[in-house]
Amino acid sequence: MDLYTLFEWFEATWPATVVRESLWLFPVIESVHLLALALLGGSILVVDLRLLGLGLTGKPIPEVARSASPWLRLAVGVMLGTGVLMFLSEAIKCYYSPPFWYKMSFLAAALLFTFGVRARLTRTDPGTLQSRLTAVISMGLWFGVGFAGRWIAFY
Amino acid sequence: MELSPYFEWLENTSASISIRESILLYPLIETTHVLTLALFLGMIALLDLRLTGLGFRSTPVSHVAGRLLPWAFVGFGLMVVSGSLLFLSGPVRASQNIFFQIKVVMIGLAGVNAWVFHKTIYRRVSDWDSAPTPPARARAAGFFSLLLWSGVVVCGRMQAYNWFD
Repeated sequence: MDLYTLFEWFEATWPATVVRESLWLFPVIESVHLLALALLGGSILVVDLRLLGLGLTGKPIPEVARSASPWLRLAVGVMLGTGVLMFLSEAIKCYYSPPFWYKMSFLAAALLFTFGVRARLTRTDPGTLQSRLTAVISMGLWFGVGFAGRWIAFY
Repeated sequence: MELSPYFEWLENTSASISIRESILLYPLIETTHVLTLALFLGMIALLDLRLTGLGFRSTPVSHVAGRLLPWAFVGFGLMVVSGSLLFLSGPVRASQNIFFQIKVVMIGLAGVNAWVFHKTIYRRVSDWDSAPTPPARARAAGFFSLLLWSGVVVCGRMQAYNWFD
């Protein structure tokens, strides 16, 4: 089965049809996606700022990361849930949208980096250079996700 | 006061027309507006979580407010600038949109809520700075802030749909 057939099947699934046929469901899901974006932004940035020596400097890096972690997980969970629903409802459009594919690539990289690399690194107090590099990569990857995400609506 | 002649005049200015008709400018301003939300509301939400006692309970409230609010203000400035430009691109339609009107009122209420908080219970923050669960009035301020700003986001998103045009 090729990818296009798979996307056609996505668009024909039950949740996709329900979202597509409702006037208000898509905007509501979109709104929840945006609210989770704010929480995601806060919980990502508070750790990245701390890694740059900014923000909550009165607390050690591992403690800031630990405090942010449940909110980060909640935000990512809600974003993935709402994102999948929106994707299913317009899978074919996404198939032909270059920003969608950019977003998914950035998203995969950002998730791997955040939960694989950054989470491990912030368990202890990393060196200054390593901290700054981690923060810059993290912010760059998430910015890519958000920027490309907004452009799915345009292309 | 009748504002609609002013909005009609605004809609015919060259600044309004150039944003409206630009292929790149409008999406870029909109993207800036959406992405700065992650900075502005992200920082506000963390402070509100601290105030409600739901998160960052081991960090003093004054540290969260003092160190994160400057970043929230940077975000707010960018949101106001990008938001004003978006409004400028279509002031007649926006000003008549019920969601836009509710949004403006809710931003005002969020401002009042923050002002009251800073002028009252926050003045005595040294008494409860390190309390994992802040006093009821501080929790209420955090709760209303979360509620009002969430409403602002939802209205902002709904404004784009032409349900009531």
